[in-house]
Amino acid sequence: MFGHFPLWPESASTNAGNVDALYIFLLLVSGIMTALIFSVLTVFAVRFRKHRGQRAVQIEGSHHLEITWSIIPFCVMMVFYIWGAVIFFQERTPPQDATEVYTVAKQWMWKFEHQGGQREINELHVPVGRDVKMIMTSQDVIHSFFVPAFRIKQDVLPGRYTTLWFHATKPGTYHLFCSQYCGTQHSGMIGWITVMEPRDYEAWMSGSAGNQPLAVTGEKLFSELGCVTCHRSDTQGRGPNLVGVFGKRVLLEDGRTVTADENYIRESILEPGAKIVQGFKPVMPTFQGQVTDEQLNALIEYVKSLAAPQPGRSANTSPVAGASPQL
Amino acid sequence: MATTDGPDFGERESYLNAGHGLKSWLLTVDHKRIALLYLISITFFFFIGGFFALLIRLELLTPGGELVQSDTYNKLFTMHGQVMVFFFLIPAVPAVLGNFLIPLMIGAKDLAFPRINLLSWYLYIIGGTLMVYTILNGGVDTGWTFYTPLSTEFLKTNVISAAVGIFFAGFSSILTGLNFIVTIHRMRAPGMTWNRLPLFVWAHYATSIIQVLGTPVVAITLVLVALERLFHLGVFNPALGGDPLLFQHLFWFYSHPAVYIMILPGMGIVSEVVCCFSRKRIFGYTAMTLAVVGIAVIGFLVWAHHMFVAGISIYAALIFSLLSYFVAVPSAIKVFNWTATMYKGSITYQTPMLYAFGFVGLFTIGGLTGLFLACLGVDVHVHDTYFIIAHFHYIMVGGMVMAYLGGMHFWWPKISGRMYPEGWGKLAALIVFIGFNLTFFPQFILGYMGMPRRYHSYPPEFQILNVLSTAGATILAVGYLLPMVYFTWSMRYGKPAPPNPWNAAGLEWQTHSPPPTFNFDEQPVVTWEAYNYDEIGEIPEKEKEEVPVAH
Repeated sequence: MFGHFPLWPESASTNAGNVDALYIFLLLVSGIMTALIFSVLTVFAVRFRKHRGQRAVQIEGSHHLEITWSIIPFCVMMVFYIWGAVIFFQERTPPQDATEVYTVAKQWMWKFEHQGGQREINELHVPVGRDVKMIMTSQDVIHSFFVPAFRIKQDVLPGRYTTLWFHATKPGTYHLFCSQYCGTQHSGMIGWITVMEPRDYEAWMSGSAGNQPLAVTGEKLFSELGCVTCHRSDTQGRGPNLVGVFGKRVLLEDGRTVTADENYIRESILEPGAKIVQGFKPVMPTFQGQVTDEQLNALIEYVKSLAAPQPGRSANTSPVAGASPQL
Repeated sequence: MATTDGPDFGERESYLNAGHGLKSWLLTVDHKRIALLYLISITFFFFIGGFFALLIRLELLTPGGELVQSDTYNKLFTMHGQVMVFFFLIPAVPAVLGNFLIPLMIGAKDLAFPRINLLSWYLYIIGGTLMVYTILNGGVDTGWTFYTPLSTEFLKTNVISAAVGIFFAGFSSILTGLNFIVTIHRMRAPGMTWNRLPLFVWAHYATSIIQVLGTPVVAITLVLVALERLFHLGVFNPALGGDPLLFQHLFWFYSHPAVYIMILPGMGIVSEVVCCFSRKRIFGYTAMTLAVVGIAVIGFLVWAHHMFVAGISIYAALIFSLLSYFVAVPSAIKVFNWTATMYKGSITYQTPMLYAFGFVGLFTIGGLTGLFLACLGVDVHVHDTYFIIAHFHYIMVGGMVMAYLGGMHFWWPKISGRMYPEGWGKLAALIVFIGFNLTFFPQFILGYMGMPRRYHSYPPEFQILNVLSTAGATILAVGYLLPMVYFTWSMRYGKPAPPNPWNAAGLEWQTHSPPPTFNFDEQPVVTWEAYNYDEIGEIPEKEKEEVPVAH
């Protein structure tokens, strides 16, 4: 049981190196500070211990010293702050063209769905050397997606999407933990991230065929649920034309604007009255309780595909013509 | 100045023998007796919470989760947290030592509202009874943080009785704070100006402000949790139209300042002890008072640093990270000033001073690792791992409990009228220090390696560090049991204490040990600055201990 005794986590993403560098810097600075305080304490404790016939020398204090030992640590801390903020900003800003994986967390498992329609539970296959963006939501309580080897973590909330991204650098298998306490089997809500060479990854992706791409699933749902009757690909529909909408700013009836991201589309399906696009009436019925989180993901993926028509897929109109009136 | 005769334990009337029988204790309005009621109650909860902690550590000895079921384990860490935070750490120093000492230190006969003081204890007991009921009725497994919607919709355990218990304990805390604020404003002896107040009193003043302003927020929040559980109110649960992050904002708005409720009184103790055993005025009195007030104020503006990965906006995170660094500056000033106070002192190493050394060292480590957590890039990785557990135990246990024990030893002669056995005291302090570090230092490493907190079972590569931690916890348990034993022993067999065994500054040492019901024979009048060790001189030598002490 004591054969394997690591003291440092594996590093398998671009972010891991960044975080480690900052962590080591923090360790060094705070190590020096600790050593300094401890040695001064020790020296004082020995040097100024009670000697018979010798009295303590009273000192009121020194503003110069106090200002010095406030300002110097503060400046050092500002270095921590800025360095940490820069890394955080990178962690929280996914690159535009990242491979997207939809994640639905529930007590006590992780469900993943790739854009190609491949589904996995508690295991996620990703390619090395490519940006991967996780689009995550929870079916019940708050969970947290934590991969120590990537040094990343993001809480997964019910009722909305949170995102996270990483760029794996080393093939291998790494721990996935739920790090937000979520009930009985919290410590069983674990899995593996398998990072593969691109060729192996492509083979794995095509090997688990039998699925249709997520956007195609979404397109079918879009007509089955009747969305297509109002959200027509021309300007005549009772609802906004969705072609080219995703990722753009949308002007609302009350004068506000919102970005048409995953959370906005989710809300528009479940609570259509919350944010009405300018020029339209609040006539859409709610789909709360009628669509699962997985179906929502498919619908969102379909709406995304309308924004950037992919080769080989039949986008039913030119995005330029369809995008304009309500934007 | 009150005249005090040498060792006057015996037939002289003191608060201890002023009344007999259970009724004289349960209906007392004497702040010193209420402090003892609190002492007994919080000690009871400390050992309950400690027992849960030991079971947690035993479970984590092996990776597999063999000792208890997952549900039981979740209840253990939940109740360990709730009992320790709300029923031990928050009341410990203010309600026991603060209650006992603040009137003595400022030269007052009692607190401003003696009956409200008793009411505080009864509210605490109602809350504590509900907590005990919760434990006996099968426990609660929300985590001490009650995160929603888990706590409001998904768990089948005693969430409401636990929440209502903490609600009552909260009101006890509010009333204690209110009592202290009024007392410190209105009841100071002639000549006891704000600039002559002991730093212990300043620390309690700052703590009281947090208690009065912060606690109502968590009380309301817990009521909302109970209402959402009972009536599906839809405040926090998104399925009912609520906001899952709202709870975290409200909870941490109190619970981060609550960290300062726990640590500031400890800082007050350390200031008293370091000055006394260095025979020195505190280095930078004004800076020390500004620092405690600064910590209390800025402490209200940093709560969302508990939520960097919770899904708050990037820009909110950037602001809260910055503000968290601001609160570190006054904490750093305190550490440096304690160290500087020892410079050119005449230092002796009685038990309270050993605990003060332990406090400064462990608080330094706890504080510096706090800088790691305020740092956004690092926090994303270590949040919700054992790194956090180690960090806050360095502050709460390494800092606060060390200070509490130091204070108990320092003022035990005043409280009980008896000396504790010095040799055993030093031994226990050493055992606590070693046990503490062995328990919690490995957890920093575990945390950076990625071991999540609140895990019943864990991957085998984390085992060896967990074994070390469990070994440390066993040692720590011995260190905590020892003072319990010898304090009890000393109440009967300890050497009678003189009024001022340490020859310390401060009005509390100028009355009898134990003090009479109304504290002073004559109204004290203060004509000297705080920590006037230049006028007082050295600690009496052992053979001279029986000699009357007077200023």
